Amino acid sequence: MSGMEKVATNTKSSVGMSEKPEGYEGIGFFATSLEKVVGMARKNSIWPLPFATSCCGIEFMATMGAHYDLARFGSERLSFSPRQADLLMVMGTIAKKMGPVLRQVYEQMAEPRWVLSVGACASSGGIFDTYSVLQGIDRIIPVDVYVPGCPPRPEQIIDGIIKIQHLVETESLRRRDSKEYKTMLNKYGIE
Amino acid sequence: MEGSDQEKVITAIKEKYEDEILHIEAPYNFLTITIKKEKVVEIIHYLYNHLDTKFQFLTTLGGIHFPEVNQIVVMYQLHNLVNNQRIRLKVYLPAENPVIPTITGIFAGANWLERETYDFFGVIFEGHPNLKRILNVDEMIIYPMRKEYPLEDQTREDKNDTMFGR
Repeated sequence: MSGMEKVATNTKSSVGMSEKPEGYEGIGFFATSLEKVVGMARKNSIWPLPFATSCCGIEFMATMGAHYDLARFGSERLSFSPRQADLLMVMGTIAKKMGPVLRQVYEQMAEPRWVLSVGACASSGGIFDTYSVLQGIDRIIPVDVYVPGCPPRPEQIIDGIIKIQHLVETESLRRRDSKEYKTMLNKYGIE
Repeated sequence: MEGSDQEKVITAIKEKYEDEILHIEAPYNFLTITIKKEKVVEIIHYLYNHLDTKFQFLTTLGGIHFPEVNQIVVMYQLHNLVNNQRIRLKVYLPAENPVIPTITGIFAGANWLERETYDFFGVIFEGHPNLKRILNVDEMIIYPMRKEYPLEDQTREDKNDTMFGR
């Protein structure tokens, strides 16, 4: 196996490309694990579903706009149908009456799915410590990444997306079938 | 509203419903009449048709809780669009059993306002066509704008004295 060696992961092109995963390369072949290829592909083509209810949603609009340009991270295609979305971005205050709606949207998403909770209200109820406001969306659906702030700046939302990307990239292909994952969902009364 | 106009309105009510009036005041020059609950629909209807009053527009309707006297007030604001006059009517109800007839027969717009008052104060409007919660979740078992309920969400465990000075 003398032709095999570890491949350097940098590309020479001036256009930034996704880095090759770790693997073995020779003339006419490249070998790596399926998990890494799938992770790389998923990471750079996340379709977010924006669930924007208040000012954090405005920050998200700036994030999607030309200046901050979320498209640079492969997420320019928003999915307004939960069935085609990979990432649920909850941005804003969720009133208790909105809770079942949010939960239904989450349930309609296909696996694998991730949830990004943007802002103080979605994460903890924020300043709305009152009878009508859900005190954090993690009371009804599981959350992967929390973005603090009231509202957070677009840079923070991008930081949250990058953290989601890291989760997406490194997730094991079998995670969604694992007992732990199912137990976690059952804790929320899903499935 | 000018004092003389207020007098006209008061006279109009007193003509027929003097016994129903409990109190008359004009805070910030806004004529406010406290009446008994039994004939509230009749009185509002009377004010609607009387030539001196013609209160034919319902500005708003809502509840006020006075825990110190254990009473809930249903407050009506009426507007005479011809003479641009306004009047406020108040009806005191016991907080344990706040029941009052609906005025949806006179003002269709009172429908949602009465539902809101039911939702937040638990006032029962007898004869209302669809008296159910309008803004809060249907499962809610309290009437949240009553002052016996604290403002904060009591189901929350993470905001405690050590961090939030609750």
